[in-house]
Amino acid sequence: MSVLLIAEHNNQDLKPFTLNAVTAAAQMGEDLHSIIIGQKCGEAAKKLSELPLVKKVIQVEAAHYENFVAENFAPVIIKLAENYSHIVCSANTFGKNLMPRIAACLDTSQVSDIIKVISPDTFLRPIYAGNAFATVKSKDTKKCVTIRPTSFDPCESSGGSASIEKIEPGEEFNNTKFVKREEIKSDRPELGTARVVVSGGRGMQSGDNFKLITSLADKLNAAIGASRAAVDAGYIGNDHQVGQTGKVVVPDLYIAVGISGAIQHLAGMKESKVIVAINKDGEAPIFSVADYGLEADLFEAVPQFLDELNKLNTIQK
Amino acid sequence: MKILVAVKRVIDYNVQIRVKEDKTGVVTDNVKMSTNPPDDNAIEEAVKIKEAGKATEVIAVSVGEEKAQETVRKALAVGADKGILVKTDGIVEPLAVSKLLQKIVEKEKPDLVFMGKQAIDDDCNQTGQMLSALLNWPQATFASKIEIKDKKLEVTREIDEGLETIEISIPAIVTCDLRLNEPRYASLPNIMKAKKKPIEQINASDLGVDTSPRIEHIKVEEPPKRKAGIKVSSVAELVQKLKNEAKVI
Repeated sequence: MSVLLIAEHNNQDLKPFTLNAVTAAAQMGEDLHSIIIGQKCGEAAKKLSELPLVKKVIQVEAAHYENFVAENFAPVIIKLAENYSHIVCSANTFGKNLMPRIAACLDTSQVSDIIKVISPDTFLRPIYAGNAFATVKSKDTKKCVTIRPTSFDPCESSGGSASIEKIEPGEEFNNTKFVKREEIKSDRPELGTARVVVSGGRGMQSGDNFKLITSLADKLNAAIGASRAAVDAGYIGNDHQVGQTGKVVVPDLYIAVGISGAIQHLAGMKESKVIVAINKDGEAPIFSVADYGLEADLFEAVPQFLDELNKLNTIQK
Repeated sequence: MKILVAVKRVIDYNVQIRVKEDKTGVVTDNVKMSTNPPDDNAIEEAVKIKEAGKATEVIAVSVGEEKAQETVRKALAVGADKGILVKTDGIVEPLAVSKLLQKIVEKEKPDLVFMGKQAIDDDCNQTGQMLSALLNWPQATFASKIEIKDKKLEVTREIDEGLETIEISIPAIVTCDLRLNEPRYASLPNIMKAKKKPIEQINASDLGVDTSPRIEHIKVEEPPKRKAGIKVSSVAELVQKLKNEAKVI
């Protein structure tokens, strides 16, 4: 039986993490199909068909699919489910919202947010905000799995030529209506996919002081993150939050400035490749995960950091 | 309008959890337990709606072992009117929990069901969506703002791209984000009063739901430890290390 991946997209293009999800899904079975549900999403469907790991694309379009309402999406997938051994999606807000609705209708116990495929029925997943890893085996005949995109590499994005099959849309669920979406637009790299992340915590002391973080991020072409404490204190918006209740990030370089390192924050960044911590409290827990710790007053250290970076001939982008 | 709120008893969020030596799970003996944090937001929201005169009754329900009664009692202390404990043993997966809650919904006939978006122990993020699928009700997940408009709710959801607003018809399920509100603390008089409020106990087996796990936990381990890093003495040294040793800038 084949594996069905639910593609995440914005009707024009695939969301970058769809490529990571394809890598994960391809490890669960040999024949990978991908479904794209949307409105006027032909371009995105074409890009999906060009991923070499995808053997077949199923495209479903209707006006009521334009805004990704789970109540409209779930019946389309449930109808196709008998042909598949696995139904897979990314564990971001799109997949988290949708997959349990599918799993419940199929009477399957979902495996959420896996970070490794051990075998087609056995997976590794973090629990307790990443403070423990559980190896779990699904005994259901049909598996519903969501994957943590940052734990898998993106797949090849060109060279494939899968067939695209268009199928008839399902009915609209009338009790849920999309009203609006307020996307946060930025010229910076997206927090979830940035190569470098610079984050500020409660130690920033005010929203105004976050401009230090901004300058450092500008210099390094980095995304801006924040601890929950900084968000709760109103220094910066919630879309910047890194941690159990925010985003999980795995950049090449994570710079934590004025962040003490609460368990909930560490859960969102401790898989980063290189971690730098700047904090004046030498006992702060953030130093226990930092590759390079600098015990210093951030209001002196960050301007010095900028000066030192200015001295460099080149900075990787 | 009647609101049912599901609450889960979990290890307190401030506890540094420890993995059992035999790798069968995490240590829960003599560990502080609390209400799952976003479930506190769910209770708070329901009580606020009742205080605003838009709901007549708030029922708190928990699925778990005998001790989960404490979690229900806490919900009563912050304003829920009555409690229900569905008694189970061992791990109950979200699918089974949602089937048990479905039975409670059929019995109590609430107009709204609230719960936290995710439990901080198993981090599954499934129960609300599953319940809404089983009932074929609309779902508003990760809610950070709820407005009641006649027989509809306008809900703002926290999504990866920013915020999304949807309108759902009642009856409906809402799963709550931590940003929805600031949960109150129970006052001592209210804690005393809560002791007199009724908690109905029901055995899961009497509800005719098969709660046996479908997922086998092969082992639970500590995550790989990061190798100990170093402390640098100056910003200049830090930049030099990042450039020449880690090669990340």
